[in-house]
Amino acid sequence: METIVFALLNGVIYGLLLFMLSSGLTLIFSMMGVLNFAHASFYMLGAYFAYTIMGATSFWLALFIAPILVGLVGAVVERYGLRKVHANGHVAELLFTFGLAYLIEEVVKIVYGKTAVDYKIPDLLNFPAFTIYGASFPAYRMFMLFIAIGMLIGLWFLLKKTRAGLIIQAALTHPHMVGHLGHNVPLIFMTVFGIGCAMAGLAGVIAGNIFVTDPAMAVQMGPIVFVVVVVGGIGSLEGAFLASLLIGLIQNFAVGINASFAEIFWFTGLSPTSEIGDITISSLAPVMPFLILVLILIFRPRGLMGEQEL
Amino acid sequence: MSDTTQTYADIGPSSGAKFRQRFLPIAIFAAIILAIPMLDPSRTMLALMHQMAIYIVFALAYNMLLGKGGMLSFGHAVYFGLGGYFCMHAMNWIEEGGIWGAYPTFFLPLLGFLAGGVAAAVIGSFSTRRAGTTFAMISLGVAELIFAGAFMFDSLFGGEQGISGDRMNGPEVFGLTMGPQQDIYWFMAFWTILSVIAMYAFTRTPLGRLSEATRDNPQRVEFIGYNPTRVRWLVFTASGAFAGLAGGMSAVNYEIFTPEALSLIPSGFVLIMAYVGGITYFAGPIMGAILLTYMSSMLSDFTEAWLLYLGLMFVVIVMYAPRGIAGIVFGFWDGIRGSNPGAYLTNWLIRLFGSLLMLLGLIILVEVSVRWSNGWGEVFEPFGMHFPHESILTWIAIFVPLGAGAAILRHVTREKEEMAA
Repeated sequence: METIVFALLNGVIYGLLLFMLSSGLTLIFSMMGVLNFAHASFYMLGAYFAYTIMGATSFWLALFIAPILVGLVGAVVERYGLRKVHANGHVAELLFTFGLAYLIEEVVKIVYGKTAVDYKIPDLLNFPAFTIYGASFPAYRMFMLFIAIGMLIGLWFLLKKTRAGLIIQAALTHPHMVGHLGHNVPLIFMTVFGIGCAMAGLAGVIAGNIFVTDPAMAVQMGPIVFVVVVVGGIGSLEGAFLASLLIGLIQNFAVGINASFAEIFWFTGLSPTSEIGDITISSLAPVMPFLILVLILIFRPRGLMGEQEL
Repeated sequence: MSDTTQTYADIGPSSGAKFRQRFLPIAIFAAIILAIPMLDPSRTMLALMHQMAIYIVFALAYNMLLGKGGMLSFGHAVYFGLGGYFCMHAMNWIEEGGIWGAYPTFFLPLLGFLAGGVAAAVIGSFSTRRAGTTFAMISLGVAELIFAGAFMFDSLFGGEQGISGDRMNGPEVFGLTMGPQQDIYWFMAFWTILSVIAMYAFTRTPLGRLSEATRDNPQRVEFIGYNPTRVRWLVFTASGAFAGLAGGMSAVNYEIFTPEALSLIPSGFVLIMAYVGGITYFAGPIMGAILLTYMSSMLSDFTEAWLLYLGLMFVVIVMYAPRGIAGIVFGFWDGIRGSNPGAYLTNWLIRLFGSLLMLLGLIILVEVSVRWSNGWGEVFEPFGMHFPHESILTWIAIFVPLGAGAAILRHVTREKEEMAA
C-alpha cells in the first residue's frame, strides 16, 4: 500500500518537474518554431546558480534569484544568438541550441569542476513530512510539489488571465498581426524565451538537491523532456502536461515493480534464467519514456493532444 | 523560332565540365590515398588515418541524411554501432570456422552495410514519417532507447566490456593478412574509396535527386507523384547502410565494440563533423572528418578543454559560416578569381586578422580558467610566457585582443553593409 502511495506522490512530483521543463520548451516551440535543445542545460544552470547563491546567502534567496539569472541568460542567448541564426531556418536554430548545450556543459565543467557539487536540501525542510505504514515521506518533496503546483497556477494565470498572456497567445499563432498592432514581437519572443528558461532554472533549483548536481544532469534530463513534448503532441501545453504526469507516474510505478518477464509471461514458458526472462520491470524504468515514445509514434503519430499529425 | 528550342543534351554540362566536376576530384582523392603509403607513415599516423577513413565514410553517410535529405538526426551512431556489432559477431563466427570460416574478414564492412541498412529500414519505417524537428526528436529518443536496451542484452552487446574479436582469421584476400597496420591501411583505402564513389554516385541517381527535392519542398514532390515519406525512408535506409559500413571498418580496425559506440556522444560528434565541414558540399563532410579527427587526437594532448573549443567552433560555424569549412574554402577560391581579387583579398585578410586576435584572447581565457578551476596551482605558460590568473596583465592579454578583434570584425561587417546599401 505504501508503495502505491509513495509511487503516486513521487510520480506526480516528477511529472510536475517534467512539466516545468516541457512547458517552457512547448511555449518556445509554438512561438518561434525552435525546439530548444539546450533547454535542459538551463535546468542545470538553475541548480548550479542556486548552489552558488546558497553558499553565499541562503536557499530561499537562491529560490528567487537563480531562476531570474537563468532567465536573463536565456534572454541574452535569444537576443544575440538565436535571432541571428533565425534567418537560416529551423534546422540551423536547432543546431545552434545543440552547440549551446555542448558549450554550457563544458563551461560548467570548467567553472564548477567535473564532479558533482554538494548542493544540499535546506535544513529547514530536512525532516519527514508524514509517516504511513512505517515509511516516512520527506518534507522537501512536499515543498517541491507546492512549488511546482504554484508555478503551474502562475503560468495558467499569466497566459489566460492577463493582458500580457493574451498578447503572447496571439503572438503564438499570428506574430505578424500582433506586430502590425504595434507590439514589439521580437521583444515578446525574447521575454517568452527568458521565461521558459527561468522555469527550467526553477526546476533545476528545486530538483538539483534531491537528484545530483553534476555536469551530466542536462544530458540525463534533456532526452526525457523531448520525449514528453513529442508524446504530448508538439506545441500543445495541455498535451505536455498530460505526458509529463503520465511519464512521471509510469516511471515511478515501474521502479517499484520487481516482477521479471519470466514471472509476467509465465504462460509462454519463458525461463527465468534466460536473458529476456531475467529483465525486471524496475530495470526497464529508465527506458520507459523512450518505449512510450516509440509506441505513441506507431499508434498515434500526432501525440496525445497534438492538433495535426506530427 | 527553331533556334530557340534546345534539346536536353544542349543544356546539360559539356563532357569536359563533367570530367572536371565529377571524375577529377574523386580521382585526385583516390590518388592521394593510394600515394600516402609511399611516404612511409609512422604507426601513430597510420592509426590516425584509419580513424579518419572511418569517420569520412560515417560523416558522408550522415550527410546523405542531413545535407541531401534535410533530416537532422541526433542518433545516427545507432546504425554505425549496430553495423559494427554485427561485424564483431561475424568476426567471431569466422574464428569458429564452419561455413563462416570461408568468409574473409576483408569483406566484413559489407555485412556492416547490410546490418546497418536493415536496422535503418526497420527504425526508419516509423521515424521518417515526418522531417524537420520532429524527426530530430524521434532520432534522439530511439537512440536513447537502443543505447539503454544494449545494456540489457549482454549476449548481443557484451555489456560494459563490449564484444571483442580477432581479425586475423578466415581466408586472405589480395594477399593481406589483416594483421599489421599497413595491411589495414589498404583495407581502409579500399572501403573508403569504394564508399566515396558509391555515395557520390547515389547523389546522381533519381533517388538522390528526389531526396534533395524532398528536403526543399515535400509538397511539390507529392504533386509530381512521389511519396516524400517513402523517399525519406529509402534515403534513411541507404544512409544507415553506409553508416553500418563505417561501423564495419571500425570493427576491423579496433577489434572491439562497446555499447558506448551507440550512444549520443558519437552521434553528436558525427553531426558536428559533417556540419563543420559543410553540409551543402559533397566534399564538406570529408574535410570535417579529417579536421576533427586530427583535432580530437592532437588537441586533446595539448588542452583538456578541447571539447569546449570544439563546441565553440561548432557554434561559430552555425552562426557565421553556415556553409562550413568547405564553404570558406570554395568561397575564397571564387573570391580571388572574381572581378576584384585585390579588394577581396584585403577584406579577407583583415577578417582573418580580427578572428585570429579574438581566438588568441579566447585561448588565453580558456586555458587560464581551466588551470584556475583545477586549483593545482598550475600556470598557463605558452612559449615561455607566464599567465597567472592573479595578475592583471593576464586579463589585459585576454581582453585587449578579444576587444580589438571584435572591433575589427564589426568594422569590416559595417563597411560591407554600407557598400551593399
